[in-house]
Amino acid sequence: MRAALFLVLFAALGLAGCGDGDMADQPSLRDQEASDIWGIGTSVRPLPEGAIAQIAPATEAALAVPPPVSEALLHRGQEDFETFCAPCHGFAGDGDGIIVQRGFSPPPSYHSPRLRAAPASHFIDVITNGFGAMYSFADRVTPEERWAIVAYIRALQLSREASLAEFPEASEKLR
Amino acid sequence: MPQIFRPGANAYARIVLVCLVTVPVISILVVYVVMGSSFVTGQNVFVDQSPPFSHQHHVGALGIGCKMCHVSVEKSAFAGLPTTHVCMTCHSQIWTNAPMLAPVRASMAEDKPLKWRRVNNLPDYVFFDHSAHVKNGVGCSSCHGAVDTMPLMEQAKPLTMSWCLSCHEAPEKMLRPEDQIYNLHWSPPKDQEEKGKALIAHYAIDPKHLIDCSVCHR
Ligand code: HEC
Ligand code: HEC
Ligand code: HEC
Ligand code: HEC
Ligand code: HEC
Ligand code: HEC
Repeated sequence: MRAALFLVLFAALGLAGCGDGDMADQPSLRDQEASDIWGIGTSVRPLPEGAIAQIAPATEAALAVPPPVSEALLHRGQEDFETFCAPCHGFAGDGDGIIVQRGFSPPPSYHSPRLRAAPASHFIDVITNGFGAMYSFADRVTPEERWAIVAYIRALQLSREASLAEFPEASEKLR
Repeated sequence: MPQIFRPGANAYARIVLVCLVTVPVISILVVYVVMGSSFVTGQNVFVDQSPPFSHQHHVGALGIGCKMCHVSVEKSAFAGLPTTHVCMTCHSQIWTNAPMLAPVRASMAEDKPLKWRRVNNLPDYVFFDHSAHVKNGVGCSSCHGAVDTMPLMEQAKPLTMSWCLSCHEAPEKMLRPEDQIYNLHWSPPKDQEEKGKALIAHYAIDPKHLIDCSVCHR
């Protein structure tokens, strides 16, 4: 009798597991999953009007103070520059990237006297807010990455105006 | 009383005995082959998108890096699929009247997000994390193939549990140095065995726990 009761209970439990539950597609929503919960066909929630990101103060703080320049920072800057900026600005910053060759309006060269003289904060501002035809990259480039990119742009600029006298070791090697 | 079994019954009995052994074995084999086939795993099936997006064009021909569009691939579990804003970075000026890009313009005008159909899609009971792989020596092409040759995206690998485990059991065979993660045509060098061991130490990977069930089923 006892055993039969257990069997029935067990079977009931098993059946309860069937139902409409497809384990591969659970009711919880995943990133960018197709769903009609917000009426726009995706699980990405539209921002309510006037919403401010929780990380906004941290972002602002990170953008206010430049980090110390190191070799690691420059390497990171190079990688991010080549992903996000070089398609238009070119790998050397002359403003002749592949997207420009395909018809995008040409950006100014980073080696122009005006952009050489521009403060780092101007570059940060352009990445954050966009500039004319150039869209904002705030959605793709974190504050740390923005500083790394600017450091790399500075290195690119320096590479055009450096003189041998500034690098005695290099002139040694040339002889 | 007549005999119940005629002499021919011996043959039937043998056939039944043989079948008792072979039928289960063959059925298991058939199920095994079918479950591993691309028909079930969805491998190598092209997925149409609206707008039609070509990695061959954008990655292969234009050389745009993955992170331009898959922003969070190094930072979170989810690689991220591009928003309207990302496409418009370039298409605000390029191919602005192309009918192919009408869905992007409509999404912009109506302020409704683009909807990408998923190509690689694990069951919800499996946990996967991009940053854990990409930051630890596993390159995109080990799991997604050479996307720069795909006019439409396809699932390059079976994504079955045994496929995941084949690497988790011996990651040293597939590990790359940091500067090769985005190389879509990487293949293991001749001395991969030594290099792989050094890379396990370099990334501080603990291979013992990689095949624990709780790594992927949490
Ligand atoms: C889609 C092409 C494109 C990409 C990608 C791009 N830019 Fe630009 N950028 C432009 C164009 C076009 C201009 C000129 C805008 C104008 O004058 O209307 C410009 C201008 C600039 C300027 C000069 C602003 C001035 O004072 O004249 C800076 C600095 C700059 N971009 C930095 C960057 C950085 C850093 C990145 C990478 C994070 C980047 N851009 C990515 C197209 C691009
Ligand atoms: C210009 C934007 C862009 C760039 C650059 C880009 N992708 Fe994509 N990627 C997309 C879009 C849009 C989709 C969704 C449509 C589709 O599946 O084809 C996608 C989808 C994918 C998918 C399939 C996603 C799924 O649903 O499973 C993979 C894998 C992928 N991309 C890998 C890469 C890799 C690797 C690179 C770098 C070599 C790369 N992508 C570069 C835009 C881009
Ligand atoms: C970094 C710049 C850039 C971004 C970002 C970009 N594209 Fe493009 N795309 C181009 C260029 C340049 C061409 C034209 C290539 C040519 O003329 O050979 C193009 C061509 C196209 C075409 C027509 C040719 C083809 O490939 O079939 C489509 C459709 C397209 N893009 C869709 C998209 C979508 C959707 C997105 C957003 C996920 C996107 N693009 C993001 C630069 C970009
Ligand atoms: C270890 C294998 C592996 C590696 C390495 C890998 N991916 Fe994936 N990728 C997957 C799997 C598995 C999925 C499906 C995830 C899911 O359904 O939850 C996926 C999904 C995606 C998606 C769709 C969005 C998402 O996160 O689900 C994109 C985009 C993508 N991968 C791009 C990339 C890029 C770019 C790289 C290289 C920087 C990369 N992947 C490296 C296995 C991998
Ligand atoms: C080509 C090799 C390779 C493949 C294929 C692969 N992995 Fe991994 N995976 C690794 C390595 C290496 C690590 C260790 C990273 C570390 O030490 O943090 C890892 C770690 C993980 C982790 C642990 C992340 C964490 O937060 O600790 C998960 C989860 C995971 N993999 C899931 C999967 C799933 C699911 C698949 C199949 C869809 C898969 N992996 C396929 C190489 C691979
Ligand atoms: C490296 C990641 C990984 C590890 C470790 C792992 N699994 Fe899985 N498991 C998967 C993936 C991916 C799937 C989905 C396979 C598919 O969709 O074909 C899966 C599916 C399953 C399923 C469902 C099978 C089905 O056909 O529906 C079971 C049950 C399972 N795993 C049990 C386990 C057990 C038990 C362990 C520990 C011994 C384990 N898994 C360890 C990745 C993993």
